[in-house]
Amino acid sequence: MTHATHDTAGLLAEFANPEALILAASGLRDDGYVEMDAFTPFPVEELPEALGRTSSPIPWIVLAGGLLGGSSLFGLALWVSAVAYPLNVGGRPLNSWPSFVPPTFEGTVLFASFAAFLGVFYLSRLPRLHHPVFEIERFRRASTDSFFLLVESTDGKFDRAQTEQRLRDLGASEVWEVPDA
Amino acid sequence: MTATTQQHDRFDDLIPAEATYESVTAEVADIVLERPVKRGWLVGMFIGFVLLNVLLVSIGWLFAIGVGVWGINVPIAWGFAIVNFVWWIGIGHAGTLISAILFLLHQEWRTSINRFAEAMTLFAVACAGLYPLLHLGRPKFFYWLVPYPATTGVWPQFRSPLMWDFLAVSTYGTVSLLFWYLGMVPDLATLRDRTVGKWKARAFGLMALGWRNSASHWQHYQRAYLLLAALATPLVVSVHTTVSWDFSTGIVPAWHSTVFPPYFVGGAIFCGFAMVLVIAIPLRHFYDLKGLITDYHIDCMAKVMLAAGLSVSYGYTMDAWGAWYKNEPFDSYIYTNRFSGPYAGVYWGLIVCNCLIPQLLWFPKVRRHPLALFGIALAINVGMWLERFVIISISLHRDYMPSTWEMYYPTVWDWSLYAGTFGIFVSLLFLFLRLLPAISMAEVRELVHQREEEQT
Repeated sequence: MTHATHDTAGLLAEFANPEALILAASGLRDDGYVEMDAFTPFPVEELPEALGRTSSPIPWIVLAGGLLGGSSLFGLALWVSAVAYPLNVGGRPLNSWPSFVPPTFEGTVLFASFAAFLGVFYLSRLPRLHHPVFEIERFRRASTDSFFLLVESTDGKFDRAQTEQRLRDLGASEVWEVPDA
Repeated sequence: MTATTQQHDRFDDLIPAEATYESVTAEVADIVLERPVKRGWLVGMFIGFVLLNVLLVSIGWLFAIGVGVWGINVPIAWGFAIVNFVWWIGIGHAGTLISAILFLLHQEWRTSINRFAEAMTLFAVACAGLYPLLHLGRPKFFYWLVPYPATTGVWPQFRSPLMWDFLAVSTYGTVSLLFWYLGMVPDLATLRDRTVGKWKARAFGLMALGWRNSASHWQHYQRAYLLLAALATPLVVSVHTTVSWDFSTGIVPAWHSTVFPPYFVGGAIFCGFAMVLVIAIPLRHFYDLKGLITDYHIDCMAKVMLAAGLSVSYGYTMDAWGAWYKNEPFDSYIYTNRFSGPYAGVYWGLIVCNCLIPQLLWFPKVRRHPLALFGIALAINVGMWLERFVIISISLHRDYMPSTWEMYYPTVWDWSLYAGTFGIFVSLLFLFLRLLPAISMAEVRELVHQREEEQT
C-alpha cells in the first residue's frame, strides 16, 4: 500500500468530546507523531499544548504593528507641522508634540488592530478556498458538535493501517481516509 | 430568580438548562438558514427602505441647493448635523463596550448580545460618519482631511481637534469592523457547514475565508481577539473624548469645560445601552430567543444604564455648578438661559428623560419587565438627543454679543435627514438579522462546554 500514501492527505478521526480528543492527541504525540491537527467547534484550552504547539506569536505581530502605526502618525504629524506646512501660531513651537498625542494614539490602535486581524489569517494560512478535510461529509459537524483529529500523511510515522488502529485504540468512534484533493 | 438557583448553577441565567451544542447552534443558525421570512421582518425592512429613500432625497436636495436648506445660521452654524453626529456616534459606544470591556472583565453575560451590539456600533458609526461630510459646505472636498501630498502644497492641521476627530472616528469605524468580522468568521464557517444550498454554502464559505476550526486557527484567533478587545477599550473612550474636544477647546461659554470628556463618554454609554435594549427586547421577543437573551441579560444592561445615567446626572450638576462658581456673567447667563430661556422646554425634557425616568431602574421588577424597560430605553434615547441639542445648538444661540443672538428653527430638511439616517440604521439592522448570525454561536457553545466541565 505504499503508493496509496501519496493519494491520501491523512487520517481523520472523530471523538465524542474534547476530553477524549485531548487524550488522543497527547497519546499520539507520545508515540512520536508531529504532523497533526485538531478541529473543535469552539476553542479548547489544553488542545494546542496536547498537539505540541508553542504559543501564538500574535502579540509580537500586534506590538510591531502598534509601534509602526504610532511612530508613523507621530512622524507624519511632526513632518507636516514643522517641515511641509509650517504655520506659526502665536509664536508657539512648530514641534507642538502634545497635540500630536491623539493622532499618535489613533495610529497605534489602527495599525495594531490590522496587524492582529491580518496576523490571524497569515498564521492560519488563510484565506484558502479548499482543504482536503472538507471532502469528508461528516466534517461539517466540526463547526457544531463534533471533535476531530487529523494525522497527516506527511508525518514520518504515518502508516495507513497502524495509525488507524492506534486512533481506534485511543477511542475514535470513526476514522476516515482523507483523499489528497 | 432566587439566590438558591444562582448558587445552584451560574449558567442557568445565561443558557437554557437543556442546552446542547446542537440546540444553541440551531437556534441562531436557523434564523438565517431555515426559518421563512416573517411578516414583521418585511414590515420593518419596508419602513427602513422608505426612510432610506427619504435620506437619498434629503441628501440630493442638500447637494443641489446647499446647507441653506437647513435652519442653521450665524451664530448657530452647528445645528442638527452636529447634534445627530454626536448622538449617533455615542450610540455606537455601547457595542464596543459590551464586546471589548466586558470581555476583558470576563463578564459571561456579554456573550449573547455582543454580536448584534457590535453590528449596531457599525451601523451607528455609518450614520454618524455621514453628517460631518454633509455638513461641509463643499462635501466633494471631504478628502482634504486625509493627509496626502496635494499639488496645492496644503496639509491638514494636526493640532486641530477636528482633525483628531476625523482620525478617531475613522479608526473607530475600521477597528470595530475588524473586531466584528474576526469574531464572526467561525460562525460564518458554521453557517457554511450547515446550509444545504450550494450558493449559500459558497457565499458563506467565501466570507468564512476557509476557516476550518483547527486548533491552530483557534489559538491565533483567541490571542488576536483578546488583543483587539484590549485595543478597542481605550479606543472607545478616546472617541467620545475627542468628540468632546471639538467643543471644549472652543471659547463658547458653555463649551469651554474640562468636565466634557468624561461626561460625553458617560452619556455615550448611557444612550448606547438604551439603544441595545431597544433592539434586544423586540429581537428576543419576535425571534423567540428568550433562552439566549435572558431576563438576566436585560437586567445587567439596565444596571449599566442606571450607572451611566447617574454619571451623566453628575455631569449636568457639575456643569451648572461650574457655571455658577466661576462667577463669570456669560457662563452663568448660558445656564439661566437653559433653565428659563426660549428653549427651556428642551432642557427640562432632558432632565426628565435622563435624570428622573432612569431612577425607576433601581427597582428589580422594572429591570426585568421588558415593556417598561423598552419605554425607559426609548425615553433615554430621546433625552440624550435633547442633551446634545442643548449643549451644541442652545449654547451657540446666545453668546457674548446680544446683537448676534439668533433662534434656530430646524427645517423640514433637517428633520428628513435625521429620519433618513434611521433608514440606514434600520435597513442594515434588518439585513444583518436576516443574513448573518446575530448571536455568537461559538461563544455560546463554549458556555455549554464550560457548564459541562463544571458539572462533571
